[in-house]
Amino acid sequence: MSEHTISVNKSVLTPFNLVAGVILLVGTVITVLRFTGGLAAVTNLTDDNPWGIWIGFDLLCGVALAAGGYVTSAAVYIFGLKRYHSAVRPAILTGFLGYALVVFALNYDVGRPWRLPYPFVVQQGTTSLLFEVGACVALYLTVLFIEFTPAALEWLGLKRARTLVVRLTMLLTIFGVVLSTLHQSSLGALYLIAPSKLHPLWYSGYIPVFFFVSSVIAGLSMVIFESSLSHHYFHHKMDETHLRENTGVTLGFGKAASLVLAGYFTIKVIGVSVANNWHYLTTGYGAWFLVEMLGFVALPCFLYAVGVRDKNITLIRWTSAWTVLGIVVNRLNISLIAFNWQLPSDQRYFPHWMEIMTSVFIVTIGILVFRFIVTRMPILYEHAEYK
Amino acid sequence: MPGFPTLIMKLSIGMYFFNVIHRGNDMSLTRRRFLGWIGAAGAGTLLGREANAAANVHFKGYPDSFAVLHDITLCVGCRSCEAACNTVNELPAPDKPFKDLTVLDQRRRTTAKTYTVVNRFQNETGGDKPVFVKKQCNHCLEPACASACFVRAFKKSPEGAVTYDHSVCVGCRYCMVACPFEIPTYEYDQALSPRVMKCTMCHPRVINGQLPGCVEACPKEALTFGKRKDLLDLARERIRKNPARYIDHVYGETEMGGASWLYISGVPFSQIGMREDLGVTPAPELTAGALGAVPIVVGLWPVLLTGIYAITQRKEKIAAEESRQAVMEAVSRERTVSEKEMAAAIEKAQKDKEAAIKQAVKHALDDAAKKQQEVKS
Amino acid sequence: MEGGFFTLQDFMTFTKGITYILMIISLCAMVGFWLFLSERDTDQTVEEPRHHE
Ligand code: SF4
Ligand code: SF4
Ligand code: SF4
Repeated sequence: MSEHTISVNKSVLTPFNLVAGVILLVGTVITVLRFTGGLAAVTNLTDDNPWGIWIGFDLLCGVALAAGGYVTSAAVYIFGLKRYHSAVRPAILTGFLGYALVVFALNYDVGRPWRLPYPFVVQQGTTSLLFEVGACVALYLTVLFIEFTPAALEWLGLKRARTLVVRLTMLLTIFGVVLSTLHQSSLGALYLIAPSKLHPLWYSGYIPVFFFVSSVIAGLSMVIFESSLSHHYFHHKMDETHLRENTGVTLGFGKAASLVLAGYFTIKVIGVSVANNWHYLTTGYGAWFLVEMLGFVALPCFLYAVGVRDKNITLIRWTSAWTVLGIVVNRLNISLIAFNWQLPSDQRYFPHWMEIMTSVFIVTIGILVFRFIVTRMPILYEHAEYK
Repeated sequence: MPGFPTLIMKLSIGMYFFNVIHRGNDMSLTRRRFLGWIGAAGAGTLLGREANAAANVHFKGYPDSFAVLHDITLCVGCRSCEAACNTVNELPAPDKPFKDLTVLDQRRRTTAKTYTVVNRFQNETGGDKPVFVKKQCNHCLEPACASACFVRAFKKSPEGAVTYDHSVCVGCRYCMVACPFEIPTYEYDQALSPRVMKCTMCHPRVINGQLPGCVEACPKEALTFGKRKDLLDLARERIRKNPARYIDHVYGETEMGGASWLYISGVPFSQIGMREDLGVTPAPELTAGALGAVPIVVGLWPVLLTGIYAITQRKEKIAAEESRQAVMEAVSRERTVSEKEMAAAIEKAQKDKEAAIKQAVKHALDDAAKKQQEVKS
Repeated sequence: MEGGFFTLQDFMTFTKGITYILMIISLCAMVGFWLFLSERDTDQTVEEPRHHE
């Protein structure tokens, strides 16, 4: 990780900026193609595979990985772990950007994006879990936005507005946790309606619970992962408190992640057991399921534990990256790899390069906005006037 | 008792179902359902009706709805139904003409340009004649597509058809994910107004008293249109009369809660591309548990979280209080100590003073005595 | 005919609709109720901890 240090502030023509520029350019072209030629012009979606990586990656992974916001604010404000306070703002910012990008990405995926408010203002399909997801994501995006505003208001010097928002912290945190519990689990529950399409090893009545618990893991791991990146690239922006608390955050969150991973492993095994799916474990899909369970759940659980016991920050950081990857693997398994598993291979889905580019484009936008904000607003440090 | 539900009803109907009434293309139907809802919220008994349908018991579907029975053993794969469907629904012209039977060489599915397809299968249970099966939307009694749609674009109509309203569809394609029969298709090539496309059971024709296009066109009477309950009887009767000709199963009677398109066949359904592992659970029931958990989370999570918050607050306060008291005690202890010292010092000073005075007096007396003695002598 | 619902789908659409409304109401009510509950807590503010003996 330490090899490719990029100095961000020196010149505009850094390799990073050049690559980002090219991505933005390609992304813009694809956007034009998408909205002039329809989904067929840029995607490999078919009638058998109505959801591609824009749902599997952008929506499912995006929402899971943006869970750091609610996990951290709950830890600090509700469970009173004040020593992690410096981790709240970066986590909220990442969460907010994550959700904003998810909603942005949805505009590419749905057929008529300007109708996205229809479920709430025109006709409510209350039996749909997608309705529930939509309502919660919309509300939670608003909550995250308000939670993020103090940083922006401090930057702008609007003291009175800032004080007003800060007073709402508790309410917003509780609201955020409720909404997150609901939509993180409902994203999994989306698949409840398709038992005939999702492979039995991944389909389970418990799938909402699996999604919720793994979102906690994703949140904790993302905070560690992202803080180590920030540590690397924005070190100069961090203040004393942040640097001092960083080790504590890494150790504490690593410990929590290890514990939750252990619980997650247990309930996943129970999921296999209650459906009596053991015999699938000997098939090809079973092998892949075991890779996910052992390689991306059990292994990081153990590595986190070792890292915490040995106070090995480097190990914990690498483990967090691995865990984040594991969450992505899980979400892609459910949405794409184990979905439609009974279809003959020529009818299966593989993303078009323009779909992948669009996702890269959206992630790039996220990184650029994140960089813009942390280099300007008091995210990684406390504003001198508000200590 | 009726007070509360009525209140809720007024609220909810006012706020929530405003648009139902608004959107109904068929006013009388919407009105009837609207009254039905009132019945369900508890007022039904007041109006002297048995409100048993309102209790979460067993929903049997619209009693007089229509259905189609597809007798697979009669189908000859002529594709007349495909052609008729194309005409009555004004779909785009096909790539190959409907007369061309070579398309049967490949297994096909419904597409945005074809609501129905006929597929040919080898007869695996002996017999050299191939088997032909027509595929289209099954118009489920509890449609998964309708359960999944977050704008309620799909509706099970009392006539039996599951209709789709493109004027509200957002294009999320969750309905396509949900449908266990892989029926809905999407106009991926439309940039601005893509629609979900699927068989309508010729709903517009049926409410006008006409037969569905495909049924009308079938030269072999492999398709029969009628009341669902009558068709079930008919299907069973055919099976009973010809046990050698048919498998003893009416496909669509119970699959995923039942459908308005029924099939009888001479070969097992799983051999002719129809899944037999779908179960009998109606689609809305699959998600009922998860949906039911939502209000419980909303109701109890705030209580739990606020509770935890209050406890941590309290702990912190006690800790703060304890340390404050410790400080205060230390301070006051210090104070008593110093007071004592002060008193002692004052006492000492006083004693010293007194001693000094005594001394001085003694001195003075001594001096005086001395002087007197000096004067005497 | 008008006795109620013919399909589980319609029944759920209706009951879930009401549930959503109730959820919104209950969330707002919770906030109000918490304020009512803790309004007279002199203990409530962290800034000035005052202990009742
Ligand atoms: S077959 Fe599919 S599209 Fe047709 S009603 Fe059933 S769930 Fe809906
Ligand atoms: S694609 Fe349209 S009809 Fe299908 S679920 Fe989404 S909004 Fe409903
Ligand atoms: S019922 Fe109508 S729409 Fe459906 S397949 Fe037959 S002709 Fe086509």
